[in-house]
Amino acid sequence: MSGSTDRKWAWIGGIVVAVVLLILPFLFKNYRVFQFNLVLVYAVAILGLNILTGFNGQFSLGHGAFYAFGAYTAAILMSLYHVPYWATLPVAFVFCFVFGFLVGFPALRLAGHFLALATFALALAVPQLLKYKRIEHFTGGVQGIVLSKPEPPFTFTLFDQPLSADRWLYFFTLFVSTLMILFAWNLLRGRVGRALIAIRDHPIAATAMGINLPVFKSLTFGTSAGFTGLAGALGAIVVAFVSPDSFAVTLSIFLLVGVVVGGLASIPGAIFGGIFIQYVPNIADELSKSAPAAIYGVLLILLMYLMPTGVMGGLRRLWARLRARPAA
Amino acid sequence: MEALLFQIFSGLANGIIYGSVALALVMIYQATHHINFAQGEMATFSTFIAWWLIQSGWPYWGAFFFTVAVSFAGGLLVQRIILRPIEKAPVMTNVIVFIGLLLIFNAFSGWFFDHTIKSFDSPFPKDSALATKYFSAHQIGSAGVLLLVLLGLFAFFKFTPIGLAMRAAAQNPGSARLVGIRVSWMLGLGWGLAAAIGAIAGMMVAPVVFLDPNMMAGILLYGFAAALLGGIDNPLGAVIGGFIVGVLENLLGAYVIGTELKLTVALVLIVATLTLKPAGLFGKKVVVRV
Amino acid sequence: MNMKSLGLVLAGLTALTLSGTALAQKKYDPGASDKEIVIGGISPYSGPASAYGTIGKAIAAYFEKVNADGGINGRKIKFISLDDGYNPAKTVEQARKLVEQEEVLLLFNVLGTPPNTAIHKYMNDKKVPQLFVSTGATKWGAPKNFPWTMGWQPNYQSEAKVYVQHILETKPNAKIAVLYQNDDYGKDYLKGFEDGLGEKAKTMIVSKLSYEATDPTVDSQVVTMKASGADTFFNISTPKFAAQAIKKAAEIGWKPTHYLNNVSASVGSVLTPAGLDNSTGLITAQYLKDPTDAQFQKGKEWDDYVAWFKKYHSSANIADFFNVYGYTVAQCLVQVLKQAGDNLTRENIMKQAASLNITLPMLLPGVNVKTAADDFFPIERQQLSRFDGKNWVLFGKVYGP
Repeated sequence: MSGSTDRKWAWIGGIVVAVVLLILPFLFKNYRVFQFNLVLVYAVAILGLNILTGFNGQFSLGHGAFYAFGAYTAAILMSLYHVPYWATLPVAFVFCFVFGFLVGFPALRLAGHFLALATFALALAVPQLLKYKRIEHFTGGVQGIVLSKPEPPFTFTLFDQPLSADRWLYFFTLFVSTLMILFAWNLLRGRVGRALIAIRDHPIAATAMGINLPVFKSLTFGTSAGFTGLAGALGAIVVAFVSPDSFAVTLSIFLLVGVVVGGLASIPGAIFGGIFIQYVPNIADELSKSAPAAIYGVLLILLMYLMPTGVMGGLRRLWARLRARPAA
Repeated sequence: MEALLFQIFSGLANGIIYGSVALALVMIYQATHHINFAQGEMATFSTFIAWWLIQSGWPYWGAFFFTVAVSFAGGLLVQRIILRPIEKAPVMTNVIVFIGLLLIFNAFSGWFFDHTIKSFDSPFPKDSALATKYFSAHQIGSAGVLLLVLLGLFAFFKFTPIGLAMRAAAQNPGSARLVGIRVSWMLGLGWGLAAAIGAIAGMMVAPVVFLDPNMMAGILLYGFAAALLGGIDNPLGAVIGGFIVGVLENLLGAYVIGTELKLTVALVLIVATLTLKPAGLFGKKVVVRV
Repeated sequence: MNMKSLGLVLAGLTALTLSGTALAQKKYDPGASDKEIVIGGISPYSGPASAYGTIGKAIAAYFEKVNADGGINGRKIKFISLDDGYNPAKTVEQARKLVEQEEVLLLFNVLGTPPNTAIHKYMNDKKVPQLFVSTGATKWGAPKNFPWTMGWQPNYQSEAKVYVQHILETKPNAKIAVLYQNDDYGKDYLKGFEDGLGEKAKTMIVSKLSYEATDPTVDSQVVTMKASGADTFFNISTPKFAAQAIKKAAEIGWKPTHYLNNVSASVGSVLTPAGLDNSTGLITAQYLKDPTDAQFQKGKEWDDYVAWFKKYHSSANIADFFNVYGYTVAQCLVQVLKQAGDNLTRENIMKQAASLNITLPMLLPGVNVKTAADDFFPIERQQLSRFDGKNWVLFGKVYGP
């Protein structure tokens, strides 16, 4: 009985959410829509990291490197080879998948903190690599690459607001992120997902069951890198600028923060993670000019106290409590 | 030839710095099995406190020991107040809290003491008998201090009951409780000691690199690398790891790849080493019974 | 109608016409009104470059003083300064927030080359002034393609060329070592230096080493440079690393002719920690007065500066040269706004910014601020000075147009 009511509510909820998402950009100014786009971009990046760290237990402090790699792939393709923006995304995914797979191999030998250090080293090395003068004609060196924002291919008006470049990018980003979320959900709910979790929790038992650990773990690394790299490419298109300073170590740390805040091994958590890392620095900035980072740190710690398993963990507990009440 | 020697010795001198930070990281790891990412910033903050005391007229060694004591208390308090509520939470939650602490300490250093660089005097005067052609008095002095701390740690963990209790609490909290060890307090003690060692490291480092809120940012990575290279549970390994990292960094930059890719290559080498010896050069190999 | 009411009507009509004319003379773009002028700023208040946040705070403190003294032509300044953590993606977001949501009249003294590059196109597309950007990069003075962007301080390449001129005049066979920070600032200085030397760059520069802002020390580089046999040293590094280089060079007994870039030339913040003895003989090019240099700590300009500091900015460190920078660049903007009068359109602001010809109290004597429609480099003059162990002593001529 409650099963079908649940499903009915889920359908209605889903439709409401979809409608809201579709008309959202027309209710807000362009600059807010730009922020929404960034939230979606970060959500995809966080989803990538979550596949690796949340579902598979491999601790990466260096996903900013894959994000940067994807962003620069898109930027170089668009500025030097005049590839249309939407075509850069699959290329970025593939390149970063390969890159991640290659990184995954040595990572097999490293566990826990050692892997964290190795990936942290990767994140630190990437800005230096991007500034290397021998590849400057590709990467633009320290000056970076300036891109043009794609124009909407048709005109459209709703609630008096035209379909501007930002709003067009919103729909594009929404489409892509929905695709990626569906892809991840499909990937993770079946045998693959169970295998990943088995490897994370009981690697020896998993091997005994016949799961090919090295291949699986490296493929996971690759897929995770592919997701985050695609997000990087999207990010480059949205911001219309890449430079080595855009991808400092802080990005990798923030992505990890996003994963934990959203909820480890949770796909919808990625959205909350994206919202957190996009908006909380702004809140911190408004609260204090002298030490905004301190406010950010305090908020982070408070969140961890209240919801140690992330927002999704907290929501699940809340939902369980609400449902438990009628039973009493 | 002289230049090569200078580079090697300069690298060893840097190695003292990395080794000190690595020691603090090892300390925390042995006590809690966590790596404290905020270690560097806490050390910087402690050094600022010492600087402020000296500016207010305190004699050097008075400020030194007072800062060490205050840092110990501070570390203990941080563990008791901020970390205790999430002791049982997953590892990642703890990691995020460490990151939060890193941001807070860094921001506080900048807020209270501003961003201009401060010179921090060395207690080892420039022209003392200790100075040689290749090593300044300060470098020899800090090496001596490092050695003392290392010996003290070694003795503490191996020969004192509290040291033993701490290792037990970190390795197997359940069994440790069963034999009457107050695990929670052991964690707090571990944090206090790590903060104290961090403060010593900071005060040894500041005369060389100058004191500012971001002093430890670059050093922490190399300290981390040194600790892992030496085996995260081995204090002596951490110090040797520090020397290796210091010399490697200098020689690579000067002779092999030039300074523009020094960071990249140094890190590739460290990762390669870890791939070949996953427990670090001197770490204990953990064998798990299936 | 009787005479009285006719008179009233006439008076009313006259008043209406007169006020109408007066209203017609006031022109406002978003961010300007009768009561206030809204100005936007973006600075790194967090993150690795947070030391430069001091400039933003000094500017805010100066605007406070201006408001307390009655504002500009009766209008108060509302300064909204946001943090970007030196991340260009964040700069884009904050710039859009300031322009599209807060509707500021102009963006002022945005800090850093990558952040400014990220919003360069946007500001010019939106036709909002990106005024007096806080970087010495040479590319900001291009009015033909980017009429809404203007730099302020002497650009890095011209400063480097001043040093080249001096080297060629005094030591034409010098063997030069260069230390530079591996980013846009370091590379811009390096480019100016190498361009200035031209053909001779390949033979005269015997050692060219970089460092990252995240490196702990530059000691290794200094050792290598000594080993290269160089007798001249061009030091392109930020305060912490500059101090380390000065100290290490002295420690290993290397005494080249040492040219120090202006960014790190503060007596209090760099030379004192490095050791005043070690710093004797250093050469730099200056355009602002060093607040820790005793020769400038007198006169009305100094008294005004200290009075402002004590009243509006007392939590800051008076030895920090960034405060002088913020104070002076804020004064420059105030001048532009004053010149604009009641015509506070963005176009007029750029027009006034391109018609400056003033001096400011904390600029070195002989250095002025001059712009024209085709000259978007406000400050171009600088003078060499040598450190004598206590102060920077100016010598030679004032370089620049």
